[in-house]
Amino acid sequence: MAISFTLNGKPESVDVSPDMPLLWVLRDTLGKTGTKFGCGMALCGACTVHINGEATRSCITPVSSVAGKKVTTIEGLATDESHLHPVQQAWMEEDVPQCGYCQSGQIMSAVALLAKKPNPTDADIDDAMSGNICRCGTYQRIRKAIHRAASTMAGKAHSAA
Amino acid sequence: MATAPVVNRRDFLKKSAAGSAALVIGFHLSPRAFGDQAKDQEEKTPNPFDAWVRITPDNRVTLVLGKSEMGQGVYTSLPMILAEELCADWKQVRVEQAPTNPKIYDLGTGGSGSVEGSWLPLRQAGAAARELLIAAAAKKWEVGADTCKAKNGYVVHGHPERSFRFGELVAEASKLPIPDLHKVPLKNPSDFVIVGREVLRLDAAAKSTGSAKFGIDSRVPGMLYAVIARCPVFEGKVASFDATKAKAVPGVRDVFEIKTSGRGASTTGGVAVLADNSWAAIQGRKALAVNWDEGPAANESSDELRKQFLENAAKPGKNVLRNDGDADAALSASAKKVEAIYELPFAAHVCMEPMNCTVHIGPDSAEAWVPSQGPQWAQAVIAEIAKLPPEKVVVHTTLMGGGFGRRYHADFVMEAAQVAKISSNPVMVLWTREDDMQHDFYRPASYHRLQGALDGEGKLAAWKHFQTSTSIAAKWSQKGADDPGMGEFGSGATIPYSTPNVRIEYTLAHSSAPRAWWRSVEHSSSGFVMESFVDELAHASGQNPLAFRLKLIGDDRKIPQFGEGREDYHPLDTARLKGVLRLAAEKAGWDKPLPQAQGRGIAAFYSFFSYVAAVAEVAAHPSSFKVKRLVCAVDCGRVVNPNGVRAQVESAAIYALAATVKDAITVDRGRVVQANFNDYEMIRMNEAPPIDVYLVPSSEDPSGIGEPTVPVIAPALCNAIFNATGKRLRRLPIRGEDLG
Repeated sequence: MAISFTLNGKPESVDVSPDMPLLWVLRDTLGKTGTKFGCGMALCGACTVHINGEATRSCITPVSSVAGKKVTTIEGLATDESHLHPVQQAWMEEDVPQCGYCQSGQIMSAVALLAKKPNPTDADIDDAMSGNICRCGTYQRIRKAIHRAASTMAGKAHSAA
Repeated sequence: MATAPVVNRRDFLKKSAAGSAALVIGFHLSPRAFGDQAKDQEEKTPNPFDAWVRITPDNRVTLVLGKSEMGQGVYTSLPMILAEELCADWKQVRVEQAPTNPKIYDLGTGGSGSVEGSWLPLRQAGAAARELLIAAAAKKWEVGADTCKAKNGYVVHGHPERSFRFGELVAEASKLPIPDLHKVPLKNPSDFVIVGREVLRLDAAAKSTGSAKFGIDSRVPGMLYAVIARCPVFEGKVASFDATKAKAVPGVRDVFEIKTSGRGASTTGGVAVLADNSWAAIQGRKALAVNWDEGPAANESSDELRKQFLENAAKPGKNVLRNDGDADAALSASAKKVEAIYELPFAAHVCMEPMNCTVHIGPDSAEAWVPSQGPQWAQAVIAEIAKLPPEKVVVHTTLMGGGFGRRYHADFVMEAAQVAKISSNPVMVLWTREDDMQHDFYRPASYHRLQGALDGEGKLAAWKHFQTSTSIAAKWSQKGADDPGMGEFGSGATIPYSTPNVRIEYTLAHSSAPRAWWRSVEHSSSGFVMESFVDELAHASGQNPLAFRLKLIGDDRKIPQFGEGREDYHPLDTARLKGVLRLAAEKAGWDKPLPQAQGRGIAAFYSFFSYVAAVAEVAAHPSSFKVKRLVCAVDCGRVVNPNGVRAQVESAAIYALAATVKDAITVDRGRVVQANFNDYEMIRMNEAPPIDVYLVPSSEDPSGIGEPTVPVIAPALCNAIFNATGKRLRRLPIRGEDLG
């Protein structure tokens, strides 16, 4: 039976086993490979996506549970390459990625954090980001990038006001 | 790109034979890892290019690179070197992965050797291209080439200045005679404008938008996804299996056995489950019933290995690697002796991207997508299984989600090739995290006894180091050698601390656990052991650990790398070692008092031709500790990209910290106990200390940076804990409860 949801703002429908984790539906069925497989047990955060705005580990999320919901992946953050999300922009400006494999998940966690806490403290960052492992150890650059994105976004909000 | 003609000379420079609208120059990046193999190949290989510069009329400069990007930044640092000599505008520079072609040789990527080995060849190639472009412009203007110069992507001449973009000169330049690489003028380093600049990674955008393609992201029409059931016991095999239930899982297409592939690939075969998607394959494997022939390794355990270590340590070492003076006599005669035992466990690489490989074998050719540090090896493995000549096997080297030495191996390639040989579809063999952690090639477990003698003046009268370990060499040597050679000691036998009496002994311990190169290889254990022990000696002699080290290192001099056979082969420069010690200490405020229950520790080590010192600051509690800060000082010669070097130091520090304070890989009933991030934990955001990195300005040629920070982290931290608590921790990994 088809399962329908919104993926990156567009309607999507898949006919797969309902217990298939969203991760594999995204990667293997829909070809959205930006979301990564790291552990399969919600231990590393590489598979983080947003479901109705909440950072969620897609590797343990049955696809049936997202029926009718809004799913956002790393591919859905930017409208196009010249209009990156401020968090992506900050990632580049702080030169965060090394191997880069975990960074889709890191960025999705960071975007969700900033949506809730536009000006996060270091402790907020520890809380929100400690579920995402980076084996290259880019943590201090991630921290700086989140602070940078927060100030960019605050500036934009200010100028829009 | 045109096919290169047969040439026999190293450093050959070639233009595009096509005469098409591109200037193409092929050249050779010198090896570091697998040096002998490369030299051997060089003699046999007719056309030894593994890199090209391609300049096109659209004004793009592309470095086509026979090095793999695993996070270490070669996609940025190597084109910087080229762009510098070429006088290109950095914005016009691109990088492209070289094809794996047996007519060229592809040396692989490891040993922290990419920048070090590519420095001169890339400069020469860039300079040669620059000279060709200048000559082409001079010809067009009908002026002397010496009156023209290249800058920022243009060749310019005269006042008022006239100019050609590089792209406009390509057609003309490709018709000109080839400059001699060895005579081509190189820039004066004082004129460098790109090398030494803070440059952001060229791959950062792709890696921030999800568009970067790793091996695991390979998608080929008609492909299937496979996982393999492997015997959990080292070297165990399939006895029998029942695929009935596995085949009943929706999406599963096929289940079959793949055989062992012999020593070189280190696979013992298994049962492959092929499916329409990764999930179905994983579910199919869960439903599979396999009887394993576990073999003799089923009795092995970490406890049994430790017993071997203790038994070996009770006897003199079987191999004496180094014996200067008479260490035993000096120890006997000494009034002040220090003895300590250090232990390190097996360690897993844990690349974030689990192993995977996609292969399609057709009747006359094969194609593969491989996240590999050694694509040439991958190609040879596939060719052998497919029974095809290597040139019929197209290997695409993909981005890698971490390498750390793990991806030099071809075991996962071997498996994928075996599956693809049987299946008519292209197949990705995907490893789960559990597969990856339990079927790794581990950093050897080792046991060390250090003995030192101090004389009345606090000088070092003797240094004795006994080691027993599960050697890498023994695992890979065709002879099953129990002589570890230098591979197990590396800089452990190159001792910067002056003493007339040195003895280094080794006894092999036996294990079936696969072992190989783990970020910094043997230096990770040598660094921990030596820099911990020197700290113990300093304490025993009542001296400050920094002052004691500086005194024992002594005068400025060059110490030959022990076992290299050549005294002038990158000897340890004591001035540079002292330099990083002093810099780290100064930046860390070494002499500033710390609050109660806090401590500082220092360590310095020379590896991959680079010098790194670290100062760790810890806060100790009754049964826990927190790493408050790491200060690293690095001398890796001339720094190509300071930003990239700092990133590697930060990365290696966190990598080493995980191995110091997190989990060990242990063995029980012949199998690895740990399986995922719940029992083999990583450093996370809330535990990652600030890392301050300071670079020593240097005009020496660049040396390695991906690995040399690893060896100093564990000793700096353990020395800091000793400083804070008086408790000496000698067995890794360390735990908060060790303080109690």
